[in-house]
Amino acid sequence: MSGHSTYEPKSGFSRWLDQRLPITRLVWDSFVDYPTPRNLNYWYTFGGILSLCLGVQIVSGIVLSMHYTASAGAAFASVEHIMRDVNYGWLLRYTHSNGASMFFIAVYLHMFRGLYYGSYKPPREVLWILGCVIYLLMMATAFMGYVLPWGQMSFHGAVVITNIIGAIPVIGGPILTWIQGGFAVDNATLNRFFSLHYLLPFMIAGVVILHVWALHVVGQNNPTGIDPKSKADTLPFTPYATVKDGFAMSVFLILFAVFVFYMPNALGHADNYIEADPLVTPAHIVPEWYFLPFYAILRAVPDKVMGVVAMFGAIGVLFALPWLDTSKVRSMRYRPMAKLHFFILVVVCIILGFCGAKLPDDQVIPGLVTFTVMDSDLNSFVWLSRLATLYYFAYFLVVMPLLGLLETPLDTPETIASPVSHPAAMPVGATAAPEKKG
Amino acid sequence: MLRKLTLIAAALTLVAGPALAAGKAKEPEPIAFSFEGPFGKFDQAQLQRGYKVYREVCSACHSMKLLSFRNLGDKGGPFYDPKYKNPNDNPVVKALAAELEVPDIDTETGDAITRPALPADRFPSPYPNAYAARAGNGGALPPDLSVIAKGREGGPEYLAAYLNGYVEPPKGLTVPTGQYYNIYFPGDVSAGWAGDKHKPPPGGFVAMSPQLEDDKVTFDDGTKSTAKQQAEDVAAFMMWAAEPKMEERKEAGFAVLIYLVLFSGLLYASYRRVWRNESH
Repeated sequence: MSGHSTYEPKSGFSRWLDQRLPITRLVWDSFVDYPTPRNLNYWYTFGGILSLCLGVQIVSGIVLSMHYTASAGAAFASVEHIMRDVNYGWLLRYTHSNGASMFFIAVYLHMFRGLYYGSYKPPREVLWILGCVIYLLMMATAFMGYVLPWGQMSFHGAVVITNIIGAIPVIGGPILTWIQGGFAVDNATLNRFFSLHYLLPFMIAGVVILHVWALHVVGQNNPTGIDPKSKADTLPFTPYATVKDGFAMSVFLILFAVFVFYMPNALGHADNYIEADPLVTPAHIVPEWYFLPFYAILRAVPDKVMGVVAMFGAIGVLFALPWLDTSKVRSMRYRPMAKLHFFILVVVCIILGFCGAKLPDDQVIPGLVTFTVMDSDLNSFVWLSRLATLYYFAYFLVVMPLLGLLETPLDTPETIASPVSHPAAMPVGATAAPEKKG
Repeated sequence: MLRKLTLIAAALTLVAGPALAAGKAKEPEPIAFSFEGPFGKFDQAQLQRGYKVYREVCSACHSMKLLSFRNLGDKGGPFYDPKYKNPNDNPVVKALAAELEVPDIDTETGDAITRPALPADRFPSPYPNAYAARAGNGGALPPDLSVIAKGREGGPEYLAAYLNGYVEPPKGLTVPTGQYYNIYFPGDVSAGWAGDKHKPPPGGFVAMSPQLEDDKVTFDDGTKSTAKQQAEDVAAFMMWAAEPKMEERKEAGFAVLIYLVLFSGLLYASYRRVWRNESH
C-alpha cells in the first residue's frame, strides 16, 4: 500500500543512520507519508485512542507495581497504601482501574466499527484476526488485574473463572490445580496472576505492532468500503489523520478524566473494598461490566461444559467471521439488510450485558408470571439471555453467510472521492457523480 | 450532582445497576453531605465529631487498621492545622494518639509491652485477632471500618441510615436470639418470616445491637448530640477515612478538565484549519 518511500534524509547524521538502520524512514513512511482514505470518520479514531489507552495502562501499571505487594496477606493493604501514602498514588490507581474500562469502551467501539464497515473482509483477514488476538489478551489481562487488589469480588471472581477450567472433562481437574497453583485460589494464584498481568500487556504491545504492520500492508478500510483508486482518494497521515486522531483522543481523555476525578468507583463494585475472605461468599458475584455479555452467555446454557463452550465460542466465532460473511460488498452503508441486523446485534450485546448483571431468575417484567420452561420462567433474565445468545450466534453463523447470497446491495460509488462534491477533491478528469453523494 | 453524573455515566456505559442482595432493604434517605458534588469538601467540624463517635462508640469493637493517627492531621483531615505541614508535629494529633495505648516490644528486654501511641502509629485494634473478636461478639466478626464507606452499596448515606435503622420487627417476623432487625440491612429475613413467602419484609438481621442514642457522645463544638447527628457525623468520618484524598482529587480534576477542554478546542481549531481545503 505505502509502496515507494518518499523519505529524504535532511542532515548528515540522518543520512548516515538511514544507511545503517532506516528507522526514521520507517516512522516517516508509517506515520507521516502513509496515505489514508480521505473519508475516514470519527469511528476510525479509536485505533489511535486504543494505543493511547495501552500506553496509559503500561505506564501507570509499571509505577503501581513499584508499590504493590503481591501476597494474599498484604495485597489489599498495599493497594490502600498506594491510595493513602504514595504521592499521587490515588491518581495512579484510579487512572489504571478506570483506564481498563476506558480501554474496553474504546475496543468495543473499534470492533463494532470493523463489523459495520466490513473491515474484516479480504484482504484484511489477518489484520482482523490479530485484532481478535489483542482482544483476547486484553480480556485475560483485565481479568488478572482485577484479582490483584484481593478484594471480595477479586477473589470470588477468580474462583468462578478458574473453575471454568475444571469443567473440561477428565483433564480439567488437574489443569485447574496446576493453574491455581494449589487446590484453591490462594497466594500462589495471586502471585502468578501478578506475574502474567505484568507480562501480557507487553505481548499485547507486540501484537499491536503486528496489527499496525498488517494495517500498513493492506491499507485502511474506509466508510465506503471501496479501495482507494488514485491519489485523490487519500491524504497523508500527517497532518490530516494525526490532527483528527489527536482531537478525538483529547475528547476521549475528557471522558476518562470525568471518571478518574469525579466518579472513580462508579464502574467498580463495592464488595471489592472488602478484603478477600474465602469463607464469606458475596451474595452476588458479578464480573466487571466489560465481561457481562459473556457472563450472560455462560449462564444462558444449562450445561456447565456447554456454557463454557458457548462463552469461548462467542469470541471464537469472531476469528471465523472473514469467511462467514459471504457478501462481496464491504461496507454496510450499502447493505440495508445487513445494516438492520448489525444494529440488532448491537442491541443484543447490550441486552446480554444487562442480563449478565442480573440474577438469572429475576423477572424481566416485574410481577409477570408466565410458563416455566427448562426450570425457569420465560419472564426471567436467563431466558432473555438465551434468546439474545441465540441471536448473537445466528448473526455470525446464519445471517452473515446467507445475507451475502440473498440481499441486493445498493450501488457503491466508483471512487472514494466521487461521493463528495468538494472541488478540491476532484482529480483532473474525474467524473463527478452528484447523484451518488453520500 | 455527582449522583446524577454517576447515573448518566452508568446509563451511557451500559452498566447495569448494582446487584440487589438476597432480600430487598429499605432505600437510605438522601443526606446533603458537604463532600458531595464536584466541588464538595469535607466539613472539618463534622469529621471531628465523627472521629469522637468512632473513638467513643465504634472502636470498642471495630478496628480501623489502615488509619494512622497522623492521618487525622493530614490536609483535608479532621484535625488538619495549616501551621503543621507535617501532621506528626500537630499537638492535637499527638494528644489524641497519646490517649491510647498500643502494643510494642521492649527493645531492652524483648518483652511485649504497651506504650502511649505516637502520631505514626496505626489505630490500635480492639481485639488481638479475629478469633477474639468473634468470641467477644457472639460469633460475629465486627468488620474493619477503614474503607467501609466504599465497601457498602450506598456509601455514607447507607451507613448513617443503617446505624439508626433498628425498628420494631413487623408482626410475623421472629428475630433470632442475639440478632437485631435492621430495615436498611440488605439481608435475608425469610427464615424468620411467617407471612407471605413472596413478600418478606425489607431489611435483615444483624449481630450488632443499636449503638447510637441521644447524648451518648458529647460534642465539643456544642452541636446537639442526637442519634441522627451522631450517625451522619460518623458516616462522614468514615467517608473521609475511606477516601482521604477526595478533596485533592476533585481539585486536580477541575484543573485537568479545564486543560483538556482548552486543549480539545485548540486541536479542533487545528483540525478545521488543516482540513479546510480537503473534502471528507
